[in-house]
Amino acid sequence: MKKSKLSQFTDKFGMLIILILLVIVISILHPSFLSASNFSNVLKQIAVYVIIGYGVTFIIITTGIDLGLGSYMALGGVLAALCAKGTLPGIVGMIVATLIGLAIGLINGLVISITKIPPFICTLGMTTITRGAALLITNGKPVSQLNKSFCWFGSGVVGFIPTPIIWLIIFTIISWILMDHMKFGQYARAIGGNERAAIISGINIFKYKVLIYTYCGICCGFAGAVLAARVASGSPGAAEGYELDAIAGSVIGGTSMAGGVGSVWGVLIGSLIIGVMNSGLNMLGVSAYWQEIVKGIVIIVAVIMDERKNRKKL
Amino acid sequence: MGDNYILKADHITVKFPGVLALDDAQLHIKRGTVHALMGENGAGKSTLMKVLIGINRIQPGGTVEFNGQQVTITSPNDALQQGIAMVHQELSPIPEMTVADNIYLGREKMRGLIIDKRDSIRRAQELLDKLNIRVDPTEKMKNLSIANTQMIEIAKAISYGAQLIIMDEPTSAITEVEVKHLFEMVNNLRDSGISIIYITHKMDEVFEIADEVTVLRDGQFIATKSASEIDKDGLIQLMVGRDLKDIFNKETVPIGESVLEIKNFTRKKEFRNVSFDVKAGEIVGMAGLMGAGRSELMMALFGVTKLEEGEVYIRGEKVEIKEPLDAIKHKIAFLTEDRKLTGLYLPLTVKENIMMTNLNQFTSGGRLQHRKMEKVCEEEVQKFTIRTPSIKQKVELLSGGNQQKVLVSRWMLADPDILILDEPTRGIDIGAKSDIYALMTKLAKEGKAIIMISSELPEIIGMSDRVVVMHEGKLTGILDRSELDQERILAYAAGELDDYKEAQS
Repeated sequence: MKKSKLSQFTDKFGMLIILILLVIVISILHPSFLSASNFSNVLKQIAVYVIIGYGVTFIIITTGIDLGLGSYMALGGVLAALCAKGTLPGIVGMIVATLIGLAIGLINGLVISITKIPPFICTLGMTTITRGAALLITNGKPVSQLNKSFCWFGSGVVGFIPTPIIWLIIFTIISWILMDHMKFGQYARAIGGNERAAIISGINIFKYKVLIYTYCGICCGFAGAVLAARVASGSPGAAEGYELDAIAGSVIGGTSMAGGVGSVWGVLIGSLIIGVMNSGLNMLGVSAYWQEIVKGIVIIVAVIMDERKNRKKL
Repeated sequence: MGDNYILKADHITVKFPGVLALDDAQLHIKRGTVHALMGENGAGKSTLMKVLIGINRIQPGGTVEFNGQQVTITSPNDALQQGIAMVHQELSPIPEMTVADNIYLGREKMRGLIIDKRDSIRRAQELLDKLNIRVDPTEKMKNLSIANTQMIEIAKAISYGAQLIIMDEPTSAITEVEVKHLFEMVNNLRDSGISIIYITHKMDEVFEIADEVTVLRDGQFIATKSASEIDKDGLIQLMVGRDLKDIFNKETVPIGESVLEIKNFTRKKEFRNVSFDVKAGEIVGMAGLMGAGRSELMMALFGVTKLEEGEVYIRGEKVEIKEPLDAIKHKIAFLTEDRKLTGLYLPLTVKENIMMTNLNQFTSGGRLQHRKMEKVCEEEVQKFTIRTPSIKQKVELLSGGNQQKVLVSRWMLADPDILILDEPTRGIDIGAKSDIYALMTKLAKEGKAIIMISSELPEIIGMSDRVVVMHEGKLTGILDRSELDQERILAYAAGELDDYKEAQS
């Protein structure tokens, strides 16, 4: 069953190659794309997608899904913004947003585990609940005029690195440790690989499912606050549709909707592909409508390629 | 030429990337005969069958002659049209649809845009009557036993006018009584002129049902023999290429204290009032028909399902097992009946599959010790002779026998004192079977207590020190090794003999 070196290489780095090609093509068409300032801008925008992408990847690996990522971000964002209207230090808003995310994830995990309703339905409900709550709290209006200490979390720098990129790095490390070096990730794979086998292997499915949804909630709450801090406003309509880009990035990165398969590295690359494509097409002046169409095609083609790769192995 | 043969396949070579799955193989089937196809897992039986139903492509030079004419079969549907049907080992009916709808799926008689259900039901009833299958055509598929589901698949093949029916291990998941029904049906089909390719791992069946047998080994044709001119040993020798005198190798081991005792186990719909014990060094076989409640009983013992009544004692001490984790803590291991359904993590690697129950042993400060795991895993692969290119191979790409060894290795790593083995050798080849029997003997010598559920009586008789027999959820007898014989066990399994009758009424 030996495979050629080339195909082993493309299996492992296929998406990375596509990402690099994408960057090269866009840079040729629009040379300023590669400038340091633009590049860090792109990363700043992508950061929140990747963070929620990590969260939802663990869920997808268990064969679950969370459709509410964007709404949880919005609720986290407006709560954080409300905290940041006065003189409270910015960290308070960050913590509040993260905690509300945690609570949402915890509720999702508990409801899904106890009632056994499909995650699709549960999180669909949670999507409108949280979006509604965000609208209710703010009366439908964005919360702005936020203090500087809070805005630092979205638009500050540490040394020369913008803060969103710092958070991206931190969540990448946390997710990588959870995925590859703790029972958390192994058990997520086990549950998605074969839930009944996992039960008989003595894995506490209930506990880990709840933890996995909770982690996703934490990612969303935190990312929501970062987004609000970056644009200096907590809008109840923020992050609409972010879940789709996050899930797409995860799937392009090799996460299998059938469960059991996925990696942090893959999600990072997959999300970067989506992000680079978004901002690249923008810079090239492609109309927003066409951007959506192109993105859709790329997602489908990427997954088809991945499927074929898997089938080839059999 | 060839009118004597329904099928002549010659010089069949099938290549997969990097593997020569079939190497110049041949298969000649006489019209109106039952032809057994044998060989270890990986010998190329399934590959050859997939050629006949148009899934696998053959290399140039090979020919398939069907009904005296050279044919090219392009898809399973094409095979059906030409008269070749396959009843797969893993059946795939549509559970929510009725028997009639399943049989005539895709061939419904239409009245405009509306399916004429009454017509399907009528035709299905005629078909089932003709074949002597006692199943209501309006029953939903999901309510049928595995045996009946299989019967329906065969009926479906007949309804297509199949002249050659391939049966892939049809008896691997059904009980002895159901096997008898199946054999009656196979005999009737043969009498009506239909030819059958019968794939099996079970020697006895070959001699009971087959007219001829073809043996494949490592993708090559070994021999075609008349069933009357060969015996079991000869057949095994052809299959494995070496002499295998007694695959069971049962050794007498000193039997110690009682290790596990269950008392009055009850889940009313599954089993009632079952009590027995297992001693150190003892192999207790559990015999019974499908639906006798043996697997369900073990599920409850292991904490997968909840007991309604009953107590568990380990070395005389009462223990509570509420979930599988408790059972594992009490050093019980449970090799389940259905590898794919409840055992393996198919998309995961060999390493992950072996380690999954045992991560606690390899966690330090919450962090997994990958290097230690890999080292242990390599040792396990050696120890259990798991044939895999690497421990990072996806387990779904391994053969059945090797998959089973992965599961055995998983549980052995947990270092259990009590082993529950549910159909431990189902669907695996003789080499792997014999490895598993040897392992059981070794474990018994080490003083482990073993419960083995098996639907294969030779296996029960070959390996057990005592046999617990169940019938419809009730214990009917506990037999010592000295009183084991096939008929006696069957009588208890069928409920004709019952040592516990009064106690339970």
